[in-house]
Amino acid sequence: MRVCVQAEPFDLGAESNAFAAGVAGAGAVVTFTGLVRDNGGALAAMEIEHYPGMTEKAIAAMVEQAMARWSLADALVIHRYGQLAGRDPIMMVATASRHRADAFAAAEFLMDYLKSRAPFWKKELSAEGAEWVAARDEDEAALKRW
Amino acid sequence: MMDVLYFAWVRERIGLPREKIDTQAATVMELIVELRGREERYEMAFGDLESLRVALDQELADFDAPLAGVREVAFFPPMTGG
Repeated sequence: MRVCVQAEPFDLGAESNAFAAGVAGAGAVVTFTGLVRDNGGALAAMEIEHYPGMTEKAIAAMVEQAMARWSLADALVIHRYGQLAGRDPIMMVATASRHRADAFAAAEFLMDYLKSRAPFWKKELSAEGAEWVAARDEDEAALKRW
Repeated sequence: MMDVLYFAWVRERIGLPREKIDTQAATVMELIVELRGREERYEMAFGDLESLRVALDQELADFDAPLAGVREVAFFPPMTGG
């Protein structure tokens, strides 16, 4: 498994290809990518704050939980922080398994947990000013299915 | 002495990312009550407990959790990752 919390952009294609090339015996690779919503062009930038130290530990614990629960060959999480522009990739998750069901389920599990249990906070900057993105009740409720 | 960290709008309302606090508080809730009594800016940050989360030594915790042996307390709003 690999967990990267970084300010730098990442190359979705290169990361996906390298991940797929590294999982011997896997017949399925699932990737998910989150992009900054530009709100129809109204967004000037997004600032992502995080809790250095806790972020890496919390994500590693989620990935370990996923690896214990599903039959995975490998898993990858990359999450950015700092200032991003509209449409920029914020994060990606990749999972690999022998058959696709495990990879799909583990990727959804990781996404649900990253939303509400990884210590990141998003702030949207626009012509109207700066506003912290509020957590959604649906995201908290999504954890109950696991 | 413990390190107390603040993130996102909790940090902005208090006006500090972190500070050292000498406290006798036995639980997180006792620490919150103590801080709220200090100054208006703490009251602004801790007024709505529904939208406050806490981590003790970088693990999420409840407000009734004990502080004995804890070195780092962090307060922040609900997380918005992903």
